[in-house]
Amino acid sequence: MLKIDNLHVRVAGKEILKGLSLEVKAGEMHALMGPNGAGKSTLGNVLAGREGYEVTAGTVEYDGRDLLALEPEQRAAEGVFLAFQYPVEIPGVNNTYFLRAALNAQRRHRGEAELDSMQFLKRVREKLAVLHLKDELLHRAVNEGFSGGEKKRNEIFQMALLEPRLAILDETDSGLDIDALKMVADGVNAMRDPARAFLVVTHYQRLLDYIVPDVVHVLAEGRIVESGDKSLALKLEEHGYAGIAGRQVSPHAGAGAA
Amino acid sequence: MASALLESLLGADAPVPPSASPALARVRADAAAKLRRDGLPGPRDERWKYTGLRALEQRAYVDGDCGAGHRAVDPSAYLLPGVDGPRLVFVNGVHRADLSDLRASPGLEIVRLGAEPQLFADALADASTADAFSLLNTALATDGMLLRVAAGAQLAEPLHLVCVGAAAEADIAWQLRLRVEIGNGGALRMIEHHLATDAHAHLGNVVADYRLGDDARLDLVQLQDAAEGAALVRRSRARLGHAARLRMHTVELGAQFMRHELDVALAGRGARFESHGVFALHGRQHADTRMQVVHDARDTECDIVWRGVADQRSRGVFHGAITVAAGADGADARLSNKNLLLSAQAEIDTQPVLEIHADEVKAAHGATVGQLDERALFYLRSRGLPLDLARRMLVSAFCGAVMAELEPVELRARIDALIAARLPQAEAAS
Repeated sequence: MLKIDNLHVRVAGKEILKGLSLEVKAGEMHALMGPNGAGKSTLGNVLAGREGYEVTAGTVEYDGRDLLALEPEQRAAEGVFLAFQYPVEIPGVNNTYFLRAALNAQRRHRGEAELDSMQFLKRVREKLAVLHLKDELLHRAVNEGFSGGEKKRNEIFQMALLEPRLAILDETDSGLDIDALKMVADGVNAMRDPARAFLVVTHYQRLLDYIVPDVVHVLAEGRIVESGDKSLALKLEEHGYAGIAGRQVSPHAGAGAA
Repeated sequence: MASALLESLLGADAPVPPSASPALARVRADAAAKLRRDGLPGPRDERWKYTGLRALEQRAYVDGDCGAGHRAVDPSAYLLPGVDGPRLVFVNGVHRADLSDLRASPGLEIVRLGAEPQLFADALADASTADAFSLLNTALATDGMLLRVAAGAQLAEPLHLVCVGAAAEADIAWQLRLRVEIGNGGALRMIEHHLATDAHAHLGNVVADYRLGDDARLDLVQLQDAAEGAALVRRSRARLGHAARLRMHTVELGAQFMRHELDVALAGRGARFESHGVFALHGRQHADTRMQVVHDARDTECDIVWRGVADQRSRGVFHGAITVAAGADGADARLSNKNLLLSAQAEIDTQPVLEIHADEVKAAHGATVGQLDERALFYLRSRGLPLDLARRMLVSAFCGAVMAELEPVELRARIDALIAARLPQAEAAS
């Protein structure tokens, strides 16, 4: 589904990703771990199409297409979703209005019928329940005045509503207490599906107790330096990222590792 | 007079408006003489620093629209949801009784100044500042309205004042004079509504005086959606008595050239003025709002919150001056003006000015000019919203924030929709 090959990315003139390669197949749950500054968030932003990230070499294929050639909204409509590390507060834009407009824009793009407000609300109610989010959040402006935990749960709620095929979760666990973490994990696990893939970016192993990955990658200095099964995350927890420093870099880490 | 504008309207060949009384004729002649002598303000006039009059001055107009009485106007053009009280309609500055609704409203007296020369002369002579456009108005206005709200009368229904611009055989210069007096403890809601039925390039010139007695209240909505080719100059003056309250919502959307001067005198103790406004410009529109608020009494309050959006090659000017006079202790003055530039060719000039001569005063002011928040834009797009829709959503939210308290809700919804319809489509910021 997603095939990243030798990706080099510069941000503000500085090379952050230095030959990252990674393959994620439909139905798989991949975890991307690594120390601060390794380039984890950069990868999420590049995949979602944020401006200011200059791809200097390499390719990203999504369903056999060049993902990097698509606008952010086209990527979304094609099923790519990024749960933001820092969800943006947008005063004055009503959450419900925004989500319905977004969902219907995606549906139009895919040639599907738009949902009317009754159909939309029915869908919203189903998904809210999974995330234990209050109805009241819908009536507020996007993320405005949300607590840190509410923002993160709102990201997962949006994911549930938009039903992407490739979901990238950028440190969704950071700043969450254990209850919120479990809700987020429940939301993610409820969406696991043979047709859907996840790339979970995290700093800590803790999240992976609740969302069990098929493959774990370690990102350091802009490259995948090691890939393995879920036991790799436990090893990291024990030895820290320093333990993997200096290891041989596999040229095609992740490919078929599951 | 090197001005085609003044030449066409006040020159030797220009007809003198008929005057029913010597007093009226004298006031008009004085104003015309002064204007002929001084001309329109030049580029060195600080008050017109950001709004040049050269282009306007080179245009010739016909004074008044003699055909205004029979121009076809579809009322659906000006009907507003939630606004179904008395209605005063002017077409190219001429009162149209056939389109108006002067139903009997207890406590409200409506006097047509064109039929009351003495009152008209008084209203015209009462111009405390004699700027060029007020003089032009005084010299040429043949009609106007005096609205009186009796002391203690709280009018339930909003008064809808409609100024329609309609295409005529030539470019018309029209004048309108308005005077609103609210007696002690009286309350009025009013909508001043400018719109066009079709394309034209008229010059409209409105002078409005608002007198609020003690404990009086005026809720004024100004919705300006004039023709894209039109020039519109408005001067609003308000004087507030003890504990009087003036609340304004102003929306500037139309006209090629727009200048609005708003002078507010907080003359009575505890008087309070609130102004929420927004301008949204595109094309080559030029809109200049100039506010001057004077705190002349103790414990007076003013709260000015304005937002501006300029796209393409448009230019917005906002000047917000607040003066707290000596002795006006306990004054509380706030001014916030935030602006969005949507194109590299657009320009917004904002000037907040605070002048404080009293000792115990609370005052805050801030002005910003920026661009759309790229992070917010990316967030919306990452959820599937096309760029143009995401941009419009953000700009709508930016403008809508200042209209949040406008009532009734149906009117606010209509105004939000009008603003949204005027906002830029897909042009990317560069």
